[in-house]
Amino acid sequence: MSRSRSDSRTTSDPLRPSDHAETDTAVEVTNPSLSVTGWLRWGWTQLTSMRTALLLLLLLAIAAIPGSLFPQRSADPNGVVQWRRNNPEMFPLADGLGLFDVYISPWFSAIHLLLFLSLIGCVIPRAKHHYVALRSRPPRTPSRLSRLPAHRELVVAADAERAIVSASDMLRRSGYRVERYDQRGSFSVSAERGYLRESGNLVFHVALVGVLVSVAVGGSFAFTGQRVVVEGTTFVNALSDYSSFNPGRFVDGTGLVPYSLTLDDFRVAYRLPGTPGAGQAENFDAQITVRQPGEEDTATSVRVNHPITVANDRIYLLGNGYAPTLTVRNGDGDIVFSESQPFLPQDSNMTSLGIIKIPDGLPKQVGLVGFFYPTQGTLPSGAFTSIYPDVVDPVLTFNVFSGDLGIDDGTPRSVYTLDVSGLNQETGGDSEVDSLELRPGDTVDLPNGWGSVTWEIAEEQQPVKRFASLQIQQDPSSGGVLLFSVIAMVGLFAGLFVPRRRVWVKARVDEGLVRIEYAGLARGDDPTLQRAIDELARRHSTSVDAHDTSAAAIDHSHDPSERNPS
Amino acid sequence: MTDLSLDGISLLLVWTAIATYVLAFAAYTIDLAQRSAASTVPARSVVVAGPNRSDLQGSEPHQSSGRTGGPPRRMWARIGTSLTVLALLFHLGGTLGRGIAAERVPWANMYEFALTGTLLIVAVYLVVLRLYDLRFLGAFLLGMTVLLLGGATLGFYVEVAPLMDPLKSVWLVIHVFVASLATALFALACGVSVTQLMQGRRERLLAADAAGNAARKGPRFLRTIPSAETLETLAYRFTIVGFMFWSFTLIAGAIWANDSWGRYWGFDVKEVWTFVIWVLYAGYIHARATRGWRGARSAWLSIVGFAAVLFNFTIVNIYFPGLHSYSGLT
Ligand code: HEM
Repeated sequence: MSRSRSDSRTTSDPLRPSDHAETDTAVEVTNPSLSVTGWLRWGWTQLTSMRTALLLLLLLAIAAIPGSLFPQRSADPNGVVQWRRNNPEMFPLADGLGLFDVYISPWFSAIHLLLFLSLIGCVIPRAKHHYVALRSRPPRTPSRLSRLPAHRELVVAADAERAIVSASDMLRRSGYRVERYDQRGSFSVSAERGYLRESGNLVFHVALVGVLVSVAVGGSFAFTGQRVVVEGTTFVNALSDYSSFNPGRFVDGTGLVPYSLTLDDFRVAYRLPGTPGAGQAENFDAQITVRQPGEEDTATSVRVNHPITVANDRIYLLGNGYAPTLTVRNGDGDIVFSESQPFLPQDSNMTSLGIIKIPDGLPKQVGLVGFFYPTQGTLPSGAFTSIYPDVVDPVLTFNVFSGDLGIDDGTPRSVYTLDVSGLNQETGGDSEVDSLELRPGDTVDLPNGWGSVTWEIAEEQQPVKRFASLQIQQDPSSGGVLLFSVIAMVGLFAGLFVPRRRVWVKARVDEGLVRIEYAGLARGDDPTLQRAIDELARRHSTSVDAHDTSAAAIDHSHDPSERNPS
Repeated sequence: MTDLSLDGISLLLVWTAIATYVLAFAAYTIDLAQRSAASTVPARSVVVAGPNRSDLQGSEPHQSSGRTGGPPRRMWARIGTSLTVLALLFHLGGTLGRGIAAERVPWANMYEFALTGTLLIVAVYLVVLRLYDLRFLGAFLLGMTVLLLGGATLGFYVEVAPLMDPLKSVWLVIHVFVASLATALFALACGVSVTQLMQGRRERLLAADAAGNAARKGPRFLRTIPSAETLETLAYRFTIVGFMFWSFTLIAGAIWANDSWGRYWGFDVKEVWTFVIWVLYAGYIHARATRGWRGARSAWLSIVGFAAVLFNFTIVNIYFPGLHSYSGLT
């Protein structure tokens, strides 16, 4: 059989359940009259045609790819900075094309909006059509059942009408909707099942719209904030206490629920040297006390994969590191800085970088750029590095810079970076003064007699405090997205696997014998059609006490491919 | 650790499995050659089984009762299948050994993904053989298995290492396993689609040349396998099951990401590719219901879809940095 036959069969067979995938409207309106509405209607028909849907889907797949080739601002902002540094000439062009914000770029949005427009335009008429199909009667029994793809004929010794009544009952019990069509000399029942297939398909497509709407609506009420919390300190859930805060469109940060989180202890275990995965960190555990007004304090723990929920906010553990406690005194011995300063990890052995800015109290503004090595080792070049992430042999080094720290001009500056370009380097580098180097409890002098730096021992067993970086967020879209995704899955399952078919049983009295024909026709893929017809014939014929006359001669079931001439 | 650690034994079993797969591949190839050589038997009757079955649903006993009187026994195909079963046992042993050695599911880094993924490809193939006579695909699937498994063992092998914290989740068990299952079905579908394209070409040439002899119509073993239309139906069935699994993978991944990274979707590289693959196969399903796209075009989509799956597993895992950097390679 050629493919063209199968095509015509599936698209224009009047007996096939007509809620078939492809409606013919697309071809009907190929010659638009030149009026505006004519063109609009033509455009709409084109947009909602199956072919457009397919092309838009393929286009969507292709359009999504650049987002994996170029770093995206939303997922990897540092990658974008890096890319810009490496390709300064190309950057404006690439950025102009939206290659760093692919998924909110105009072209990507256009494709997915058109796709969903097409989807809605497609689903509405199909839903109407399906509604009609759901209430209509199974179609008239065709006169020549033997032409249908699944067919079987038996001769029985039974009353023709009684046989059809029993077939009708049997089909109804297996979930078919049945209708009798009797003529002179022949009795027949027409049966149809599998409306759930189309229902499932429609539910699936509508649920996709539901997912999209949930993302759009829920997303405007979402927020995400980050905050670094050092052991023993407390985070208060107010906008001013976040280190970064990304609100959705309808969130301004004034509605935050007042609660506080105290990091009591941060635990992490490292694989010992000499074991597989040596140095790998595991079992991160931020032990937290939650305080809410009017409620008892609760102690809980935030771990990777196990966020906690406080007042509808989800709180995640995103990172961790060391926060050495440092005290800086001026030449008179007055304290000008005393804090546990988070040092951000730079590699898997927790070599960490920290910045200390001292705008007041010293003869000049001073910035300290420090490195913390939890277990200090030395590279062949002589530079220090950390060779193990846990605190075994901790060392801190500082380079001292002086000059205008740029704090006073009002532009916000991160506490984790220091632009040293305009500053004067007092130690390390080309300054010919050694960098400061400290071990726990040490005090070293700042250059030029400006004062001293002391590394305070936090505790006997644990000389350095740790910090946890927490993400606090609310995303009202997630519930809806999950719900609609699950609905979509259920619809998908029904839409793909529920067989949709029509079955006819016809009994005819022929020379004193009763010939019964069983035939079936499917919409869409139906691997079990023939088996179902065979099974029906077997059960029905035994129930009406039939005898199968010489199966080889009368059994007319056939498979189209069997006669394939190739 | 000595070579006789559990992991060492596992590795040995994996190599044994690879060697046995190579033998099975050879046997299936000989079978294909024999199909090409055999000339007299009318094509259809070889695989057309009982009168009520589609022409793929032939199991061995049915065939021997075929009407044309003793169709070929396909001895080499049987040897191929037996060897495949044997190799699968070694493969299973190696995979279980790896899991026991690591004290967790054996799919947490590139090497282990390959181990479990190819195991599932072969297992699904053997299961499907019970329903359809797909042994003409044996050479294709085992060839691919040998390349993937051999390549992974040579290139991606890492010693057992403990899991990183984000991977300690039930979702590792579910999400990755279901993804591998989907991959296995897509692999099968891809093989069928390739065959469908070859068969379709042959059918077109045959139709054009009614005499049907002189000119070359592609590999001659095609005469012994089902029509392009039947193959297309089959590829579709594998794909829709795979697509269900892939959809589940997508959702499960989002749930996991929501627990682990604080958002269910962030267009991380791996997420993008999972999405691209999903959309491609949605396109394939649509294509089969679209006039002008049935047949060869939809078959190409199935092949492109599987190419994307392989790309996602290899190139993306190795070269595209992202949050999913769990390949275990450095
Ligand atoms: C966001 C875009 C879309 C996606 C992701 C999508 C996905 C899918 C999937 C997965 C299926 C198989 C599921 C089932 O049968 O229940 C399907 C089937 C179908 N879709 Fe879509 N679809 C989209 C848009 C559209 C549009 C715009 C149309 C109308 C032009 C459409 C019409 C159909 C039809 C008629 C089927 C049934 C195909 C068959 O019976 O084999 N879809 N779609």
